[in-house]
Formats: sequence, structure tokens, C-alpha cells
Amino acid sequence: MSHPYLALTDEDRQAMLETIGVGSVDELFRELPAGVRLGRPLDLEPPLNEHELAAHLGALAARNTDTTRELSFLGAGIYDHYVPAVVDTVLQRGELLTAYTPYQPEMSQGVLQAIFEYQTAICELTGMDVSNASGYDGTTVAADACFIAKHATGRTRVVVTEATNPQVRQVVKTYAPGFGLEVVEVPHRAGTTDAEELRAAAEDAAAVIFQQPNVFGCLEPAPELAAVANDAGALAVAHVDPLSLGVLEAPGRYGCAIALGEGQAAGNFPAYGGPHYGFLAARRDFIRRMPGRIVGETVDAAGERGYVLTLQTREQHIRREKATSNITTNQTLLALGGLVYLTWLGPQGLRELGETCLSLAAYAKEQLVERAKLELVFSDRTTFKEFAVRVGRNAREVVAAARERGVHPGYALGRDYAGMDDVLLVAVTEKRTPEEIDRLADVLAEVAA
Amino acid sequence: MKLIYEKSQSGRRASLIPRHDGLPAPELPEELRRREPPRLPEVPEFELVRHFTELSTRNFGVDTGFYPLGSCTMKYNPRINERLVALPGFANLHPLQDESGAQGALELEWRLQEILAEVTGLHAVSLQPAAGSQGELTGLMLVRAYFEDRGESEQRRKVVIPDTAHGTNPASVTMAGYEVTHVKTDPRGNIDVDDLRERVDEHTAALMLTNPSTLGLFDENIEQIAEIFHGAGALMYYDGANLNAVCGISRPGDMGFDIVHINLHKTFSQPHGGGGPGGGPVAVRDILEPYLPVPVVVRRDDDRFALEFDRPKTIGKVRGYTGPFGVFVRSYAFIRMYGPRLREMSEAAVLNANYVLARLKDAYDLPFDRLCMHEFVLSARNLKRDHGITATDVAKRLMDYGFHPPTIYFPLVVPEALMIEPTESETKQTLDAFCDAMLAIAREAAAEPELLKSAPHDRPVQRLDEVRAAKQPIVTYGFGEHPDLAAGRLPVTVEAPKGA
Repeated sequence: MSHPYLALTDEDRQAMLETIGVGSVDELFRELPAGVRLGRPLDLEPPLNEHELAAHLGALAARNTDTTRELSFLGAGIYDHYVPAVVDTVLQRGELLTAYTPYQPEMSQGVLQAIFEYQTAICELTGMDVSNASGYDGTTVAADACFIAKHATGRTRVVVTEATNPQVRQVVKTYAPGFGLEVVEVPHRAGTTDAEELRAAAEDAAAVIFQQPNVFGCLEPAPELAAVANDAGALAVAHVDPLSLGVLEAPGRYGCAIALGEGQAAGNFPAYGGPHYGFLAARRDFIRRMPGRIVGETVDAAGERGYVLTLQTREQHIRREKATSNITTNQTLLALGGLVYLTWLGPQGLRELGETCLSLAAYAKEQLVERAKLELVFSDRTTFKEFAVRVGRNAREVVAAARERGVHPGYALGRDYAGMDDVLLVAVTEKRTPEEIDRLADVLAEVAA
Repeated sequence: MKLIYEKSQSGRRASLIPRHDGLPAPELPEELRRREPPRLPEVPEFELVRHFTELSTRNFGVDTGFYPLGSCTMKYNPRINERLVALPGFANLHPLQDESGAQGALELEWRLQEILAEVTGLHAVSLQPAAGSQGELTGLMLVRAYFEDRGESEQRRKVVIPDTAHGTNPASVTMAGYEVTHVKTDPRGNIDVDDLRERVDEHTAALMLTNPSTLGLFDENIEQIAEIFHGAGALMYYDGANLNAVCGISRPGDMGFDIVHINLHKTFSQPHGGGGPGGGPVAVRDILEPYLPVPVVVRRDDDRFALEFDRPKTIGKVRGYTGPFGVFVRSYAFIRMYGPRLREMSEAAVLNANYVLARLKDAYDLPFDRLCMHEFVLSARNLKRDHGITATDVAKRLMDYGFHPPTIYFPLVVPEALMIEPTESETKQTLDAFCDAMLAIAREAAAEPELLKSAPHDRPVQRLDEVRAAKQPIVTYGFGEHPDLAAGRLPVTVEAPKGA
């Protein structure tokens, strides 16, 4: 029986077996010891045709409550920003979608040039000199930075602020033992990191990782934190929201060695957590310690401009156990989505997007305080698009009650932070409207204590 | 062609961002405010579409033509999967959505876990790792956690890797804090069992093995190898890069492996995306289940699906949330189209590879003359010896015939290696056209070697100067100060420290 994804006919198979010189397909597997052969069909459900497949996955998708079916203020690292149609258009080009790593540059100038343009966009955003062509997500790039810092400084401790996204901290802690690194966390004080407290921890550290805006949405005194790291001879590593960088200063301009972050907000759908891209950019000093792919400009035999994978002697396929990372398959297509998105925005769009997020979030804070009579957790702090609010009772219960009214009011922080069982983290993107924010306030007024 | 930045003109834009009158406009503290805007491109929307469309025409994917890139499994990526992954219930689902609002996604993940356990012959699965190499690292973290639990972590410091392994294997070993022990390949292309015996002892933590190997050969001594490792109290790790050869035919768990990673972008058809995304789920034997990353997707007694975080012995987290969900949607859909017929998929991949091998082995050097699995490795050393033609020359000339070249110069144990993996997707006509081209190139090597050395002839660029790119790296556009390499003006580069 034929299959839509298989190509050989019975006649083809017969002719091919004759050329090979064996009597049957089974005979091709004669070198497999009998003891390791399965000897029965796989115990899987019968094959579907495309009609059945579409119905089955359609039914699964329909059992999810996505952001088109519920007014959502969820964030905490993944955000419901608008993804323009041009992103889909470009990413669905088969020549880009179905290619692999551009080992053969003459076959891959499209992807190579796009990556070169992406590297440029990330460096422009972050104020850095060199960007790789993507890490897995916003968590693993932080672990990558630790590996860079360990080898650059020879030190064995990294400092992470507690106000850094818990997913990021957890991944760093999972990777650290293999790197021979100890992880020290510096607590937040009323929503931000205290520079003097950080100074004590940063001594002899390989890196200091902080997030701007931090997990609570608060703006850290980032230039001071970077200065503390630099004073201690540690690498200052900023985990940044790419969409904040139209209004917030670039980490490269206030002394950071490395800027990294989760790229999802810039051009990828939330997609239940992935695939997205992690970006990682650094000062030129670290170019030969960077993990992953980097594209460089060169010329061809006729002197024409072209692009190639470069500095490959850093990488696992050349350097093996001495490589700067084990990464090979990365997130190129999602990073390409990021480039298309940033091109769509342009510098003016990026700034306006930041301003709109700032304004809407400020309006939401006002409404939750005045209309819903809630208390901001860190009322003295400046925030960007996200903020923490006390809801007077268990925030998970508040989420459940609000969801019954068609609103997902935010993320309950109690799982990640002690003493925050009654705290909700509310994210406001440019997709939200003042009317939707009014509705959030009304619902929270009803369901919060 | 011009860079998007070279098409940029101040005052143009492709987006209009929602603005609201009468809302607060908070002032940012002076020291945190952006001073100079980033120089992102400024183009109207149509210019954007044209630019990226033109870039796509300068690229070659599986959709464009035959792509026998060994070890990468460049198979057809069904278009229905792209439509499914874009369903709002998948694309717009937030990963922190309450479990009650994500039952469809959790069910899909749970079902994929069950399928992968059956295909690998193992007990439990974590979908979290983002790619094969992260699956490797996760596997080694599991090895470490297992031996820590048994009080043997100080003693067991070594991981054994054959010399045919992917570079990711030794790189992952270093990142996991282990030391590499290399083991040789025997004259039949199997692991040299005598060499192995001498290297495995009470200090060995694990073996990392790809089977079939990167030579495309199934290790005939696999049962004996498993005995050696398990006898020494060590674990067996299976690099699933070549799983496309054996689905429904032989399972890593039945071969004796304790941990397997699966490359969803290879065997299960997640499009490669010009370099990614991928997916690298890890399947393990029951003794390793307690250490899997959290959260774990479980089915409760009431048939509800849930995320379980409370696993006291977990290694932690290797990536955000539950993993690259969109990859799971595509791979789950791909597998459901086959069901138990996955066996036919692997059989076709192996048949195609053996057919191409049979047609080419007289014209190129064959280092191991055996039946192959889903891929095989030829050597161009005969052409090099006789005509000065290298594997690179063959690869570049193949482009003139409209084919993507195979993987070259890998595995390292074969000089002038050409690693060819046709996959199950191709028609006999395509395979024949490729073989005809390879045979023609072998003849051209003798008759017209210059034709090969100057190839490719009709790609958007000719051969590129990779040495120059690495010596004086230009890794971003320099705007007003961008060097004009074609004019021979080079930028000043800062002396950078040597690699790690």
C-alpha cells in the first residue's frame, strides 16, 4: 500500500533490490543481531489520512484556551505581542523553511545574508559588537553566558539576581554543576536589586546576571549593577526584553559585557513555550568564546560580496571536546522571524511600541488601584509593561475565578517567590486596549478580596 | 544583492503601532532612557516582502531539490503540519496558561511521550530539550544524577565515545563536567571491542553511541558492548541522530541503551529552518525516570492531563516551560500519518541508501564494503590521488547539477569523506538523476578537472573565501563605515583572545 510521504512503487523496489543484489528489503537488515530486532509491529494507533489528522489536531487545539478566546494579561517571560502577517509570509518560504545549516554557502546565501542582517539588528538593539545566530531560548543563553564567563575569567562562581526570571535561574542552576560553577542568588529589596548588596556577592564572581526590566516588571538600576560587576572583574550580563530597547538604554552603552534574552516577544507566537529564539550578543573581546553559529562577510572567487559561517574553529564539529559549546541545531528560523519583525517595526515603531506598553501598563496600574482597590506590591518602582499587584487572597484562586469571567488576569507568583501567594504579575502589551484594561479592573474588583 | 540596511531610508516604515490619547505617559529615569535609537531598517512593507523573497530565491531547501546531507535526514516536511501548528489554539497558547485551559496541548505532549517511549523501547520521556545536542547534555546530567544518588559520582568520571561520533558528543561531555575516553573503530566499521574492553572500568560513567553509526553501519557487536558497560556498572547513551534507519525494526532500549535522545527535526520531520528549530526529547529506562527535568507531563486518574513539578530527584530544567511545543505538534502529526507504518518509512530510507551506494561504489572509494543503513560514506581519495580532485570539488560541482551536496569531511575517520543520506522521501527517478550526476563528476574529474575546481558555475556566488572571513571577522553591517571588501579595503580589527 502506498503512502503520501513515500515514493517507491513495487516495480521500483524490485529494480533497486536487483541493483543492490539482495532478494528482499528484509535482507538489507541481515547484519542486525536477532536479539535486537523488534519482531512485531510498533504498538501505535493506525495511520490517519490528512482529513482525519486535521480533525484530530483541530479537536486538540480547540481544547486549549488561547489568547484569542480569553482576555489575557499573562506574561512572565512570554508575551502576547502582535505578530505581523509578513513574518508568516517569509517563514513559510520553502527555500528557507526546509533548508538546514548553511554549511555550503553557495547554496545558502539567502539564510546567510538573513543571519548577517539579524546579527546586525541584535547588535544595534543591544549596543554590542557581535551576536550569534541564536540560542534555544531566553533561559539557555544565560547558561551559555556562564560558560563564556567561566573561561574568560577562570573563576568558579556566578551571581544571579533573585529578580531574574525563575525559569532562567533554574536553567542556570541545572547547567552550573557541569561547568564547575557555583550559583549565588542576590535577593531583591522591594522589587529591585541593591547595588551595594550585589557588590559583596560579586567579589571573585565570573559573571553577574541581572534582568532589565526584572521579573516583577521593575526597572533595575542597571548601570549601577553593571558597574558593580565591572569593579569586581566579573562579566556584567544583562537579560533584556528586546521590545523594551526602543525606550530603555542598550546594555552595551552602560558597560555590560554580554546582553541576552528571550526573543519570542519580537516576532514569535507564544506557542505554549516554543520554539522561540534566545539571542546572545557580546563585546568584541568575547568573539572567539561565543557559542553557536556566527556569519561573516567575505568575497567570492570573482571578488563579489558573500556570506559564510565563520570562526568555526570555536564549534563542536571542529573543536569537539574543546568547543565553546555543544550547540549545532539552533533556532535560525525563529531568529529570522525576529529579523522580519524588527524590520517591520523599524526604529520608530520600536520606540512607539515601548511607549504604548509603558502607557497602557501605567493606565492598568491606575485602574487596578483606583477601580479595583488593589495594592501594588512595589509602588515606588518604575515599571515597563508588567507589574505585581496584591489581590488579597490566593492569587491562583483569583486566576480561576477571573477565568470563569473570560479574563486571565496574570501569573500567580506564589510558586516562585515565598510570601507572594497573594501576588499577581500582570503584563500589558500593545495588543491590549484601555477598554480591555477597564474590564480587567472590573473583574478583579469582583474576584479579589 | 543589497542588505536590508542598504535599502533603508529615513522616514519609511512598515508598521503602525496602536497609540492611545489621554493615557498616562510615564517618564523614564534619565540614566535608563535610550539615547540613540537602534539603526533598524526603515522600509515600507512591500519592500520588506520583496527583500526576503529575493533572499529565499538565493537559498536551497528540500522543497527546492534533493538534499542528501548525511546525518541530517533532510526529508519531506508535510505542509499540513504548518497549517496545524498555526491553529490559534496552539500558536496563541501561553505556556503559563492554567492547566485547565491547556488540556489539548498537554494531551498532545503526553501522547507524543507515549509514542516515543514505544519507538525507543524505553520507559519514560521528557520532551524538554530543544535539540539533539541539548538532549545529549540532558542525558549526561541524568547519568550524573544517577551516580550521585548511588554515591559513585566521584569515582565515575569518564564517558566513552567512538572516533566516528558527532562533534556534539565530546562537546556535551565537557559541558556536563565529564572527561572523554576515545575508542577506535575496527576494520568492519564497528566499535573495536578489544580496544573497548581495555577502556571500560569502574571509572566509566557511560558510553555515547550512535547506532547505526555516522558511517551508516549498524554495530554488529551491540549486545556484547552493552554487556561490557552494564557489567562495569556504567550506563549506555544512544545518540538518536540516526533513528530514521531503525523505526519499528530495532529499538535502542532492546539494544541495551538506558538513555536515548530523539532528533524530532530529523526522524520526525520538523523542518530544519535554515539551522533550526529542532527538538531533542530524551527517553530513559525506569531507573532514570526520577531524575528527568521538570515539569513532567502526566495523566491523572481522572484522565486530566497535568504538569508535575514535585520530583525531588529531578536534575532541574534545561529549557523554559515544557519544551518547543510547535515542534511537538509537527512531529506528532507526522507520526500519526504513519502509525505502525513507521517501519516502512525506515525500510524505504535504507533501501534508497543501499541503492545509491550500489550505483556509486565503483566510481568512488568505499572504506567499508557492507550493506549500509539509511546513509553511507564514500571517499573521494581515489579522485584526489589520481586527479587532484577533493571532496569539496565534488560537492561544489554537484551544485551545477542542481543537487545539494552531501556532508563532506565527516566522519573524521574517512579521508575526503562524502556522507550521503537520501531519506525515504525521494523517487527512484531523483535517486537515478543524482547517481548519474555523481558518475558524470567522477568522469569529469579525469577529463576536465578544472571544471570541478572552478565549480559552482551558476549559483548566486562563486566559491567564497572562508579563511578571509575568519581572519578578519566582519559580523555586522558597519553602516557608513562598512568596509568594501571587493575594493580590497580592510577594516581595522581588534586582536581578540584565542578560543576557550
